[in-house]
Amino acid sequence: AFFWLLSLLAASLLWFVSRALSGPGDAPLPLGAAAAVLLQELGRFACFKLLKKADEGLATLSEDGRSPISLRQMAYVSGLSFGVISGLFSIVNILADSAGPGTVGIHGDSPYYFITSAFLTMALVLLHTFWGVIFFDACERRRAGGLGLVVGGHLLASGLTLLNPRYEASLGPIFILTLCTGLWAFGSAGGSFRSVLECLSCK
Amino acid sequence: MITFMNNSDSEEEPCNERTSLMSAETPPVPSYQDGLQASEAGEAQAHRKRRAGSSRGPNNIAAGEMSGSGVPVRGSALENEEEELTLKYGAKHVIMLFVPVTLCMIVVVATIKSVRFYTEKNGQLIYTPFSEDTPSVGQRLLNSVLNTIIMISVIIVMTVFLVLLYKYRCYKFIHGWLILSSLMLLFLFTYIYLGEVLKTYNVAMDYPTLFIVIWNFGAVGMICIHWKGPLQLQQAYLIMISALMALVFIKYLPEWSAWVILGAISIYDLMAVLCPKGPLRMLVETAQERNEPIFPALIYSSAMMWTVGMAKPDTAARGPSQQTWDAAEDGREHLRSPSHAESQMSEARSPVPTRPITSLEELEEEERGVKLGLGDFIFYSVLVGKAAATASGDWNTTLACFVAILIGLCLTLLLLAVFKKALPALPISITFGLIFYFSTDNLVRPFMDTLASHQLYI
Repeated sequence: AFFWLLSLLAASLLWFVSRALSGPGDAPLPLGAAAAVLLQELGRFACFKLLKKADEGLATLSEDGRSPISLRQMAYVSGLSFGVISGLFSIVNILADSAGPGTVGIHGDSPYYFITSAFLTMALVLLHTFWGVIFFDACERRRAGGLGLVVGGHLLASGLTLLNPRYEASLGPIFILTLCTGLWAFGSAGGSFRSVLECLSCK
Repeated sequence: MITFMNNSDSEEEPCNERTSLMSAETPPVPSYQDGLQASEAGEAQAHRKRRAGSSRGPNNIAAGEMSGSGVPVRGSALENEEEELTLKYGAKHVIMLFVPVTLCMIVVVATIKSVRFYTEKNGQLIYTPFSEDTPSVGQRLLNSVLNTIIMISVIIVMTVFLVLLYKYRCYKFIHGWLILSSLMLLFLFTYIYLGEVLKTYNVAMDYPTLFIVIWNFGAVGMICIHWKGPLQLQQAYLIMISALMALVFIKYLPEWSAWVILGAISIYDLMAVLCPKGPLRMLVETAQERNEPIFPALIYSSAMMWTVGMAKPDTAARGPSQQTWDAAEDGREHLRSPSHAESQMSEARSPVPTRPITSLEELEEEERGVKLGLGDFIFYSVLVGKAAATASGDWNTTLACFVAILIGLCLTLLLLAVFKKALPALPISITFGLIFYFSTDNLVRPFMDTLASHQLYI
């Protein structure tokens, strides 16, 4: 969460500067958003490095040479925390406003603002978690493909939200993306169809 | 004792004991090696020898092992085990501290957001006499700096006074002082708080009920904090007191002064604890020499102490009895008073890890947790509460400050595990908190607002 916040800070700094530079005209929001995405991924990478070091430290300390927390768990936790803080930041002000008086969309915007925000946030939280797992796994095995796909996926998700008032165009693909990413993360974490079956049949 | 400039409700006593220390618990903190340095056997050897020299009362078995410190291999293996346990316990302690700090902050933020009283400006404390309603920025800045200087000097004077009292063994005086301040906190502030909360929610309550409620609350609190009580109840009371104090600060400190004071206090904390002539450090050392804990009640302690007698089977019936700190069997004098005092040190007692018990020695295991001064609670909550009260970005800023403070606390505890002596808990967290507050409020907020209005997610 801390790393996400740091990356957010850097991104907003960048945006602020670019807004000041581009004059009083319309601020380059997509550019800022893209920069934010890239910085988030950078933050995730920094998180990975730090956790890897901590993992090594724990491993050398423990008696049998393995650390008590596996890298997978750390990946899950870090992805989850990224997702949680990102989701919180996205939604908490909206929630606070939704508790107050007012009408949604009175100025001609969509009246479904709140509920689509809720769904989008949920998708984003899940996506961050999956991305965390995939990212750490890819870094661990040094596969650039995984890294590229995570970054690409993130950019894609952000870009889709750009289309936002046309909710069919953005919500649908984002959910499909979430599902696919989830399956991929599951696969890279070592699960398979059989393990799901085993889990369900409570062996 | 204090009168305010306007006739707002009288507030707490002069920030008595801004600082109160946490003693190093009787045995000097065992110097467990942690981290990767331990891999060098030579250093492990040296440390083992050094440890053998220090008096570690409770750890008889370890002492027994230390006598055979001529075996480096065994030494390093055991050392590793200790370190791992230390780290594991360390992580647990971090969590044990996260919960109360989070709770305190939640209470403060919830109150600030809902009860209007604490965000209205109704006068200032007598410690911050300069008003901030001046027209020019420079004047306002100057006033806030002056306020800070006055406040910090009051704190320094009080701390030195407390150290002197402690040095000359005027325990009764300190005891009385702490009792008085806790009385005031528990009764008066609770009354005000309850009154305001009831006003906000428009709940009618008659005076007799109010009297009974507050009387019970206060009396139980006094007993719990000054004497014995279940650990969790005591922790709950300490959290509530910290929250009340923090609310008072948030209400009565003018804006810029509050931020400057926060910064100045963390610097002061750093110096007071680490400099050799710092009052807090002297207090700790005095307490260590006299082998007694310092005002255990001004400190939030997260752990329990249990003693397990292993020598005879019937004493096993005594079992692990969870006692509060005060019920220490060595009859230490306990000055449990709630804090008014901002103890600004945190200290870890590395817990003695469980050894496989092969000998039938009487074993005393003390699982001690980390102790955090109540002043730290108060100032963390002040930061987060001020963020909630005055930030226009509302929840984002509050969240950011919250995460920053927790991460700072984590780092401080990590340093504590590395250095193994009393450390100031304020500087790192407050620095992070301040950085994040100002940056989130000014930089992140416009960004997120624009993103949200376009419903763009990053």
